Amino acid sequence: MTLSTVKILVVDDEPPIRRLLRVGLATQDYAVSEAGNGKAARESVENELPDLILLDLGLPDMPGHDLLRGWREEGLTLPIIILSSRTDEAGIVRALELGADDYVTKPFGMNELVARIRVALRHRLQQQGERPLFQTGGLSVDLVKRIVKVDGREVKLSPKEYDILRMLVQHAGKVLTHKFLLKEVWGNADDVQYLRVYVRQLRQKIEVTPDQPQYITTETGVGYRLREADI
Amino acid sequence: MRDDGRDMDGRPSPDALLQRAERETRGRLKIFLGAAPGVGKTYEMLTSGHAKKADGVDVVIGVVETHGRKETEALANGFEVIPRSAIDYKGRHLEEMDIDAILARRPGLVLVDELAHTNAPGSRHPKRYLDVQELLSRGIDVYTTLNIQHVESLNDVVAQITRIRVRETVPDSIIDRADDIEIIDLTPEDLIKRLHDGKVYVPKTAQRALENYFSPGNLTALRELALRQTAQRVDEQLLTHMQAHAISGPWAAGDRVLVCVDDLPRSASLVRYAARLADRLRAPWVALHVETARSIHLSEAARDRIAATLRLAERLGAEALTRPGSDEVEEIVRVAASSNVTHIVAGTPKMSRWREWLQGSVTSRLIRNAGDISVHVIAGDDREGDSVATGIKTAPAPTQFKIRPYILATLYVGCALGVGVLLDQSLDVRNIALVFLMAVLASAVTEGLKPGLYSSVISALALNFFFLDPHYTFVIDDPESIVAFGFFFVVAIIASNLTASVQRQAAAARLRARTTEDLYLFSKKLAGTGTLDDVLWATAFQLASMLKVRVVLLLPEDGTIAVKAGYPPDDTLDDADIAAARWAWEHNRAAGRGADTLPGAKRLYVPLRTGRAAVGVIGLDNDRQGPLLSPEQQRLLDALADQAALAIERVQLVADVDNARLAEEAGRLRSALLTSISHDLKTPLAAIMGAAGTLRDYQSALPEEDRLELLTTVTDESERLNRFIANLLDMTRIESGAMEPNAAFHYTGDIVGSALRRARKILADHTVDVQVPADLPMVRVDPVLFEQVLFNLLDNAAKYAPEGSTIRVRAESNGERILVRVSDEGPGIPDGDLERVFDTFYRVRKGDHVRAGTGLGLSICRGFVEAMGGIISAENRTDRSGAVFTISLPLLPNAPNLKDMK
Repeated sequence: MTLSTVKILVVDDEPPIRRLLRVGLATQDYAVSEAGNGKAARESVENELPDLILLDLGLPDMPGHDLLRGWREEGLTLPIIILSSRTDEAGIVRALELGADDYVTKPFGMNELVARIRVALRHRLQQQGERPLFQTGGLSVDLVKRIVKVDGREVKLSPKEYDILRMLVQHAGKVLTHKFLLKEVWGNADDVQYLRVYVRQLRQKIEVTPDQPQYITTETGVGYRLREADI
Repeated sequence: MRDDGRDMDGRPSPDALLQRAERETRGRLKIFLGAAPGVGKTYEMLTSGHAKKADGVDVVIGVVETHGRKETEALANGFEVIPRSAIDYKGRHLEEMDIDAILARRPGLVLVDELAHTNAPGSRHPKRYLDVQELLSRGIDVYTTLNIQHVESLNDVVAQITRIRVRETVPDSIIDRADDIEIIDLTPEDLIKRLHDGKVYVPKTAQRALENYFSPGNLTALRELALRQTAQRVDEQLLTHMQAHAISGPWAAGDRVLVCVDDLPRSASLVRYAARLADRLRAPWVALHVETARSIHLSEAARDRIAATLRLAERLGAEALTRPGSDEVEEIVRVAASSNVTHIVAGTPKMSRWREWLQGSVTSRLIRNAGDISVHVIAGDDREGDSVATGIKTAPAPTQFKIRPYILATLYVGCALGVGVLLDQSLDVRNIALVFLMAVLASAVTEGLKPGLYSSVISALALNFFFLDPHYTFVIDDPESIVAFGFFFVVAIIASNLTASVQRQAAAARLRARTTEDLYLFSKKLAGTGTLDDVLWATAFQLASMLKVRVVLLLPEDGTIAVKAGYPPDDTLDDADIAAARWAWEHNRAAGRGADTLPGAKRLYVPLRTGRAAVGVIGLDNDRQGPLLSPEQQRLLDALADQAALAIERVQLVADVDNARLAEEAGRLRSALLTSISHDLKTPLAAIMGAAGTLRDYQSALPEEDRLELLTTVTDESERLNRFIANLLDMTRIESGAMEPNAAFHYTGDIVGSALRRARKILADHTVDVQVPADLPMVRVDPVLFEQVLFNLLDNAAKYAPEGSTIRVRAESNGERILVRVSDEGPGIPDGDLERVFDTFYRVRKGDHVRAGTGLGLSICRGFVEAMGGIISAENRTDRSGAVFTISLPLLPNAPNLKDMK
C-alpha cells in the first residue's frame, strides 16, 4: 500500500454502475475516474495514468477483450479486473488469458470487489520480492525450506502437489486459470483432469474438510483461488 | 352401386349426386359412335366442333385423320391444329397426339379421332383413351370417335359376327363415363355404296378382309349392337336422373351376377359376357376364382391368366374375389348364397368325356346345386385369353429342372434294392415289391410328383431285373409274376400320384400360411411404430425383403412428391421416374415399368391408397429383365401397400393431433409463465423500492437499527431477484436448445463444495450434513450446470424444510452410476406430484399460501441433468417426512485415475 491516493479507472457503459462504484470506492479512499466506452477508456489511460482498471466486457463501441489485448500489447502492466456476468465463464477465462488479473461477476457485493482490488494492487507491489513465509489461517508454507504445515503439523506433499501449492501461494487471493496452472506446473500439458486429480489430493492433505474447502476454492468453470494471506 | 340408389326417405342418393358433381368438375366427353368405319363419325365430329366454335368455345384439333377425304379436310381446315409429337421407334418415324402441348394450350374443347388407337411405344400412355382420360381429368372437354367393335365387352360378340377380332379395345368404363354418345347411323346399303364409291378409307393390305367385313349381314348386326349400346346408355341416364331427383322408379333391384373364373383361356369371354349381363340387369357383379388343391400345380402361364382375367373383371366393374376351397362347386355356391347372387355365369365343360364321367362336371354339378340361382352356361372363346390386357405386366417365377430330386429318388430305390437283396432268401418276391413301394412313396413324399413317377418306373425295372425269374433280364416267364408286376406298377403310380398331391397341398398351405404370417407380422410391426420415418423404413424394408426388389417410398412435399425412404437407401430418381411417380400419385393408379402409363420409367410406381386419396407412392425395381413381379407377388404387393398406406395415414393423423395438443400446452405454459414472472419479479422489486425510498426520504427520522433492517431488506431481496433472473435465463437456455454442456471429468465432492459455498447464505438457518466418499470416481459433467443443479436443490430444500432442520447431501457409486442425493426434513411431496415437481412453474402448495419461489428451480435441474446424460428423480423419505432428490449420472469406464498420470 502506498500513502498516495490510488487512482481507479471504471470502464462501464451503465451510468448506475459507474455511480455505484464511484460512491462505493470513494469510501475506501480510492480516486475514481470514469469512461463510458472504449475510446474514452483509452484516452483516460493515456491522460490520467490510473493505478488500476475495472473493465466491463460489454462495451458499446468495442469488445472489452480487444481493449484489454491492446493495452497488454502496448506494455501496460497495471492491474485490470474484469466485471462480467455469471453465465459467461468462457469470456472470463479468455480475459484472464489475455492478461486480466481477476474478475467479479455482476451483481457483486462491494466488499467482494474491494477485496479483489486490494489483492491485485498488493501483487503488483510484491512482484519484486516474495515473502519467504506464507500464512493463511492454519496453513503455512515456507517457500525457502519447502515446508507445508497445517495447524502446526507438517504435511508431506508430492513434488507436483507442492508445485501447485507454490503457484497458488505466489498468487494468493487471485484466481488462477486451469491453463495457467497446467502451463506453470506441467510445462505444456493441456489435460485439466490431471489438475483436478492433483488439486483433490492436495485438498485431502491440507484442508480440514476437503469437500468444503477453506483454503483452495474452486471458481467453477474458471480455475482455483487460494485464500489471501494473513498480514 | 346402381342397385341401391334410393334412400328410405326418398332423398337423392349420395352416389348419384356425387357422380354428377364429379362430372361437373371433369371435362365433358362426347363419343361419336359408329357401327363400322366409313359411317361418317369424323365428319360429324368436325361439324359439331364448328357448331361449338360458333358458340364461342375455344376448339382445337388434337388429332384428326382425314384419310384424304375432301369434305373432311375442308371441315378440318377451320380449326387450330395442335402439332403432333414425333416419336422415333426402331428407325420408324411415328406421329402421335401431343398431350403435353394440348395441356399447355388449355383449349375448351379438343377433337380427338379414333379413341381406340394404340400409341407408339415410348408415348406417355400406350393407348389413346388414356390420353383422353387425362385431358378430361384436367377439365378439358373432348369430342372423340369410336367404332362399336372396339368396345371391350362387345369385343367377342363382334368377333363372332364378323370373324375378325379387333385387338384395339376401349374399356366399357370410358363409354360409361361419357357425358354424351351420339350414334352416327347409316343404313348398311348406304355404307356399302360409300365403300364402293371409295368414300371409306381402307388400307390396301386389308382390302379383301374388309370386303367380307362389309357384308350386309355383318353391318346390320353391328348397327344393331351400336344402337342397343346407345339405348342402354339412355336408360342409364334416365336412371341416374331419377336417382338424383329421388324419383322412386320400378327398376329391377337385387340382381347380382357371379362369374366363375378358372385357368382356361375362355374365362375372359365369360367375364365379358357377365359384364354385359350385369350391365343389362344393372346389377353389381362378382368374378370369383376358387383355389382348390388342383390350383397348386397350375402353370405360371395359367396363373397369370387367372390374375389377368380377374383384373379384366375389375376393369369392367366387377368385384374380383379369390377364395380357397376344397371343392369348386361348393365354394361357388357358398359365395353365391352369401352375397345374394341371382345369376351365375359358367363355362361349358372342357374336360374329356371319360374324366367328366369319372369326376363329374363342375358345370352340371353347379346347375344341380345352384337351387334358385340361374346358371348361364357359355361356350366362350379360347382365343380371348390371349387378348387379356394386364395393367401391370408380371413375370412367372423361374422354374428350373433340378437333378437332385432324381438322384435322391434313385438312392431310395437303391436302398430298397439293397434291402430286397438281403431279404430275397427269406421272403417271397411279392413282399419285396412292398419294399420298393416304400421307396416310391418316399420319393413322392420328399421330392414330389415327377421324381415319384420316375422312381415308380425304375423300381418296376429293378424288381423285374433282380427278383423276377429269370433273374438279371427284363423278361418275365411266370404269368403270375406278370400279373403281380403289372399290379405293382399301377399301385406305385397311383401311390406316388396321391402322395405327391397331398404333399403339394401341404406345401401350398405352408406358402399361404407364410404369406398370411408375413402380412400379419408386417401389420404388427407397423402398429408398433410411432414415427413416420419408422413406418416408411419398415415398409421399404419389408417390401424389399418380401418381394426381392429395390424399393423407394415417395411422399407429398410442397405440392410435389419426394423420396422419403428407400431400401437400399441410396436411390435417386431420374426425370422419367419422377414423372411416372408424379403421375401415379396424381391419378392414384400404377405407372412406370410394366404399367399402362409411362412404361419407359426404370421403376414401377404404385400408389399407396387409402379411402381418401393416395398418401404416397411406392417405387419398385430390380436388376432382372422383363416384368417385375409374379402374379402372387403382385397380389402381395397390393396387400402390403394397403397396410402401409393405412399406417402412414394413421401416423399423419396422430401427428396432427399431437401438434394441436402441443400448441394448446404451449399456450397454457405461456400464461403460467406470465403469472409467475409478474409475481416473482414484482414482489422483491416492491420490497427494494419501498426500502430504498424510505431510506432516501426519511433517513434522518429513522433510528440506526431500522435503517440497517431496511438495508438488509434491499440486499436480500436483490439477491432473490438475482436468483430468479438467473433461473429465467437458464430456463431460456434449456428451452431454446442453446445449451452446449461443456463436459469433462470432475470430482463430485469439488462441485458439491462450490455449490455449498454459493448457497452459504441461503443455508444459514439450516444444518448441512455432507458425505462424499473420498474414493468416489470422477464423473463426466459440465461443472457449471452441475453446480447450478446442486444449488437449486439446496435452495429448494432450504425453502421447504423448517429452520434448524438438517439438509443431507450424500454421494455414492453403485458401480455403474454415481448417485447424489439431497434430502430435507420438510413435509415431503404429495405422492401424486412426485413426477410433476419437475414441471415448469409447478409449486407444492402448503396450506393456502404459495411458497415464495419461482417454480423454475427443479425444472432447470431436470433440464440440466438430462443435458448431461443423467436422470433426476424425486421421492419421499421413508425414515421420516421429507423429500429426497436423486441425481443419477453414468460412470464412464475411461474416468481418469491417479495411476495413469505421473
